[in-house]
Amino acid sequence: MKALESWGRYPRVEQRTQPLVWRTDALPRPGGTLLPHGLGRSYGDSCLNEGGTLLLTSGLDRLISFDTATGVVRCEAGVTLDTLLRLAAPRGWFLPVTPGTKFVTVGGALANDVHGKNHHRGGTFGRYVRRFELVRSDGSRRVCAPDENPDWYGATIGGLGLTGLVTWAEVQLKPISNPYVLQETVPFGNLDEFLVVARESETDYEFTMAWVDCLARGKKLGRGLLYRGNFAPPQFDGLPLAKSHLSHGSGLAVPMDMPAFCLNRLSVSAFNWLYYHRQNGKPKQRLTHYDPFFYPLDAIYGWNRIYGKRGFLQFQCVVPYTTARDALAEILERSSRGGLPSFLSVLKTFGDLPSPGWMSFPRQGVTLAMDFANRGEKTWRLVEELDKVTREAGGAVYPAKDARMSPESFAAYFPRREEFSRYLDPAFSSSFWRRVNPVALPFSLESERGPAASRPQSLLAIR
Amino acid sequence: MKKVLVLGATSAIAQATVRLLAARGASLYLVGRNAANLEAVAQDATTRGAAKVAAQAVDLNDFSAHEAMVDAAYTALGGLDGVVLAHGVLGDQAEAQKSWAATETVLRTNFLSAVSLLTVLANRFEAQKAGTLVVISSVAGDRGRQSNYVYGASKGALNVFLQGLRNRLAKSGVAVVTVKPGFVDTPMTAHLPKNKLFASPDKVARGLLSAADARKNEVYVPGIWALIMLIIRTIPETVFKRMKL
Ligand SMILES: Cc1cc2nc3c(=O)[nH]c(=O)nc-3n(C[C@H](O)[C@H](O)[C@H](O)COP(=O)(O)OP(=O)(O)OC[C@H]3O[C@@H](n4cnc5c(N)ncnc54)[C@H](O)[C@@H]3O)c2cc1C
Repeated sequence: MKALESWGRYPRVEQRTQPLVWRTDALPRPGGTLLPHGLGRSYGDSCLNEGGTLLLTSGLDRLISFDTATGVVRCEAGVTLDTLLRLAAPRGWFLPVTPGTKFVTVGGALANDVHGKNHHRGGTFGRYVRRFELVRSDGSRRVCAPDENPDWYGATIGGLGLTGLVTWAEVQLKPISNPYVLQETVPFGNLDEFLVVARESETDYEFTMAWVDCLARGKKLGRGLLYRGNFAPPQFDGLPLAKSHLSHGSGLAVPMDMPAFCLNRLSVSAFNWLYYHRQNGKPKQRLTHYDPFFYPLDAIYGWNRIYGKRGFLQFQCVVPYTTARDALAEILERSSRGGLPSFLSVLKTFGDLPSPGWMSFPRQGVTLAMDFANRGEKTWRLVEELDKVTREAGGAVYPAKDARMSPESFAAYFPRREEFSRYLDPAFSSSFWRRVNPVALPFSLESERGPAASRPQSLLAIR
Repeated sequence: MKKVLVLGATSAIAQATVRLLAARGASLYLVGRNAANLEAVAQDATTRGAAKVAAQAVDLNDFSAHEAMVDAAYTALGGLDGVVLAHGVLGDQAEAQKSWAATETVLRTNFLSAVSLLTVLANRFEAQKAGTLVVISSVAGDRGRQSNYVYGASKGALNVFLQGLRNRLAKSGVAVVTVKPGFVDTPMTAHLPKNKLFASPDKVARGLLSAADARKNEVYVPGIWALIMLIIRTIPETVFKRMKL
């Protein structure tokens, strides 16, 4: 047993690991439950399996085929988006959907049905998964596609790794004319302005997302900067290219766990103020390489360590347009009032393109993501309140970013979970799944987990 | 190396080397034991840009198959100018101490099969007066230790064989490169607890290729092992035999 943590560094749980090497190998059966694990870029406990075994997919990192005429790539599930970009971008193809880091695996992107800055145009990653192979603990292997085992296809996309192991997948890439993005930054003074400019931007821009100054209050509540962009046209002469944008990654690294006092209200508000005012109120255009545009955080390796040893909780919700204004105002209010600054807060609109995945998180409306340093009880209480607001607004919280939602919330957010449960692999489970389904356990929890001391006792009380 | 025969192509270091060679647009002839795994490595190489990839499943402990396999590689790629010999087994020292059969397997796989293959390949390269033979050995061959001297002996014997071969082929313009990796994080060592000295297969592959490009004689990868093994070799035997290594 090893202590392992996910990207949010909370919780830290004991489990075994088993590296996978070949896609044709049978699933290992070490006893206890299994869970596939990509690069652990999920924040909470959905990629952890306390007391069980993580099947490490990083050895399944082979490419199978790439058709440069059609942009269809087939690869093993542990291949990273970074590898796909290095293969495809020089040949005029790009990921159809990408999350804010390229250090995730194809299997992980499929199992969380990730979204990107283009959700309003392109929907989720799952829409571009043409087919994949699913291996179950009974030894069966099925190819799943929209017209081949469609039920397994729908259950496994967004299926949180619980329906079995995906060994390989085939993804439809999209053509680009060059690796540069023409980006515009537009300041907005408050939440209402955001809603207007975000909706307006959707028609002309493929990519949109906004940074919010989550400490601004009153009339300035929800002010921030909206980034919008399109891949640049084949000719972009005349616009100067910064040298730094021609290369990849700055190679900066966070050298150690930062002490908790580095991230206090004062430092966060100073940072936010400077960041917002750098823009001096006017839209700004520039040409940028796709790398800093899509993956600004990847340039600082191990940035999750700035939150120190106790880690952080991320909270990402989506709320429908009908309730968005009030719910988001309430959420921003509460977090700024709570005196627990979120260092990075991001707003984005989701369109109405459906996902093939039954358990997919994105749905039409506005999504807000916030990071909160884990200060124990206080933080938990705040995030639980935000969850409540989300629930009442008819929204949902993203399992990939969660370490604490209650079983009731989960049931409210994912109406197809009963249907989904019938497709669970009996040998697969996760810490997340057991947490949000405390009654319907497919096995004995006590025998696997041992003494349940690792979680703050008052958590249940908060619920 | 533009037309390369890779022996033991499904091993972790070989796979990493194949990726780098493929990205350079080399042509590859891949040999391994398991046909399905070999196919996966071949597809990966093709997709990453190899000019040509052919593969053959062979048990390299069947020495009688060596000649024909090398012929097939020459035919498939229209010649060869590089060989990466990467097959080998770690074996189990405790098992080998108890049984000659277990010891013999290690010696056959790591030493005898390499000698048989290199006998065929060295003659061809000598005749064509060109080429690079890269052989993955191990730091374990530098000094016998109680914890793995059977494996160490197979690699130590290989090192001496390669020295002689290098000496013989120098005048023909054929390079013989002995690569001595330290601990590598691969399925072969999956059961061992890891420390800072473990290198990734990718790092070892990069070291291997730059040594091959420079036609070096013997290299330690990562380089720190040159120093570690210098120290280990210098300890007097009277002291060494009482150490727990
Ligand atoms: C900086 C940063 C930015 C992010 N931005 C976004 C964003 O914009 N949009 C977004 O949607 N997400 C975002 N995320 C979250 C991240 O994209 C997802 O959590 C992603 O799924 C992580 O992939 P992974 O390979 O690390 O998988 P892990 O986190 O290791 O696992 C994720 C899930 O996939 C399952 N899984 C992994 N491999 C397989 C397999 N082979 N077969 C079956 N199941 C498998 C696991 O069991 C687990 O349930 C971001 C994360 C970070 C750190």
